[in-house]
Amino acid sequence: MSKPKVELVNGNEAIARGAMAAGCKFYFGYPITPQNEIPEYLSKHLPDIDGTFIQAESEIASINMLLGAGATGARAMTSSSSPGISLKQEGISYMAGSEIPGVIVNMSRSGPGLGGISPSQGDYFQATRGGGHGDYRTIVLAPFSVQENYDLTIKAFDLADQYRNPVMILGDALLGQMKEPIILRDNKPGKFDKPWALTGAKNRKPQFLKSLYLNEGDLTQHNWKLFQKYQQMKAEIQYETYRIEDADMVVVSFGSVARIIKSSINMARDKGMKVGLFRPVTLYPYPEEILRRLSQKVHHFFAVELNTGQMVEDVKLSVDKGSRVDFYGRPPGSIPTPNELFDEIQKVYR
Amino acid sequence: MKQVFKRPNSLRDVPFHFCPGCHHGIIHRLVAECIDAYDLREKTVCAASVGCSVFMYDYFDIDVCESPHGRAAAVATGIKRALPECFVFTYQGDGDLAALGIAEGVHAANRGENITIIFVNNTVYGMTGGQMAPTTMLGQATTTSPFGRDFRREGYPIRMAELLSMTEGTAFSARVAVNTPKNLMQAKKVLKKAFEVQLRNQGFSFVEFLSSCPTNWKMSAEQANQRVHDEMIPYFPLGVFKEKSETDIL
Ligand SMILES: Cc1ncc(C[n+]2csc(CCOP(=O)(O)OP(=O)(O)O)c2C)c(N)n1
Ligand code: SF4
Ligand SMILES: [Mg+2]
Repeated sequence: MSKPKVELVNGNEAIARGAMAAGCKFYFGYPITPQNEIPEYLSKHLPDIDGTFIQAESEIASINMLLGAGATGARAMTSSSSPGISLKQEGISYMAGSEIPGVIVNMSRSGPGLGGISPSQGDYFQATRGGGHGDYRTIVLAPFSVQENYDLTIKAFDLADQYRNPVMILGDALLGQMKEPIILRDNKPGKFDKPWALTGAKNRKPQFLKSLYLNEGDLTQHNWKLFQKYQQMKAEIQYETYRIEDADMVVVSFGSVARIIKSSINMARDKGMKVGLFRPVTLYPYPEEILRRLSQKVHHFFAVELNTGQMVEDVKLSVDKGSRVDFYGRPPGSIPTPNELFDEIQKVYR
Repeated sequence: MKQVFKRPNSLRDVPFHFCPGCHHGIIHRLVAECIDAYDLREKTVCAASVGCSVFMYDYFDIDVCESPHGRAAAVATGIKRALPECFVFTYQGDGDLAALGIAEGVHAANRGENITIIFVNNTVYGMTGGQMAPTTMLGQATTTSPFGRDFRREGYPIRMAELLSMTEGTAFSARVAVNTPKNLMQAKKVLKKAFEVQLRNQGFSFVEFLSSCPTNWKMSAEQANQRVHDEMIPYFPLGVFKEKSETDIL
């Protein structure tokens, strides 16, 4: 076997390269910090594969271009950061309603409002609860390293096609800006039959993609169908556990905070504290059943996030009653250090 | 016997839901006739809009993609870039294009996006019950300009065909009406030109139709046709405002 191809790349670039490895040929976006390396990379390299890059006039236009390209069955992506993701929500809702696949990257920054460009996990609710109007869900993948930025982006395209649904990558400024060596995959883009795609009605009946159902009962039926799909997505649940075998307290964190807190957990272990980590990789569907089973063995959980308390609600909903759930979070502004998070672990441990 | 009149192949054999005297049905028919004229039925994808024309997929026998209100030009851009061999058009009301979707329209035009926008200007929001549109005439009373549109309060009716003729990427921009047989014949000629512009990959093409909304204008069909003539055409002149020649591609 040949040696794997390893390269030192920036986190945003890893997402762009993951998209290309997945066979993405269309990108639509509007500049916003801290994700600009994604459009910059793709504007340069999509032409190599006869792809299309459009710097759109707005995030609203971008998401609707994504909707149009996705409707033809093409693999397409848009990326932005928090305020821009807010603007995309109507389009995401339409894509979910019309069952149009597409990949949306949110390298989130801090809010509310214009907020700032520092890392934040303040978009957890928006990402996992649908975000736009209506009773829908998007699959949400939360990488915690540059390698995962790359690998999960590849995976996002397959999941989008498999479920005919928008898939979101939820990263943050930290994951976008750091550089790490990554293994570049020799990926064969997944092949999916798309009989629903709009390509001009040649040798078949004309078809359409829509989310409007006005006839009595039709919308109810459509929503139940979507709901069943969301249930099936549970097969995609992905998570990581770290040093939990004998743990009597389990930290629950995702994304960049999970990355930092691994060091804090090692420090705690060195001091004899039996602490482990549970890291959801799919934020929707959330690994609630796995956490519930874990809570039959371990009765103390510690949710740590870079916000004032969002994912902790899912932890509380997942674990058995009687489990203790502590929370530490901070509003955006500064990134916690391993030492600081070790102190927080010490405070709640037993 | 020679058949002189039949339903275009690109239209399904179902009755329109439009109100009596509404021009949407006529404009649908013209669009379908042009699709047939260039044998495009099997290679056309339409980005529909939100308004009284939202049910296009029920009437046209072609592939149709629903778009969020105002965003059809962006949706069409995504479709056309993915399917450059297909004929791609949007069909948008004046609320849809001239209010919510004006940025998407202007930028698609300025990119020289090789799509065709069919714009239906009936000076009101038909579907939502006759509210004021960006195209509502001065003095025209609507449910949200009950005292008549006053430029000091609500500004002026916007002329989209002229506006879009200003961007360099626009290859063709025109305004037509269908209120008389003569105007209708002319409208079809103009619409065909817009189709040809896209088929020659010349860039963005735009046709504004002055249209009636007897229901919200509270008029009979005849009165509505007369209003197009008396009030609309003087303010929204018919004509071609931009036409790049075949060799005129920068
Ligand atoms: C985001 C959003 N805002 C508002 C609406 C409500 N709405 C539906 S159609 C419409 C106006 C349609 O008017 P126009 O585009 O002129 O089309 P017409 O019905 O006159 O042909 C509005 C405001 C909507 N569907 N979505
Ligand atoms: S409300 Fe107006 S635009 Fe809508 S179908 Fe009726 S007449 Fe036509
Ligand atoms: Mg209107």
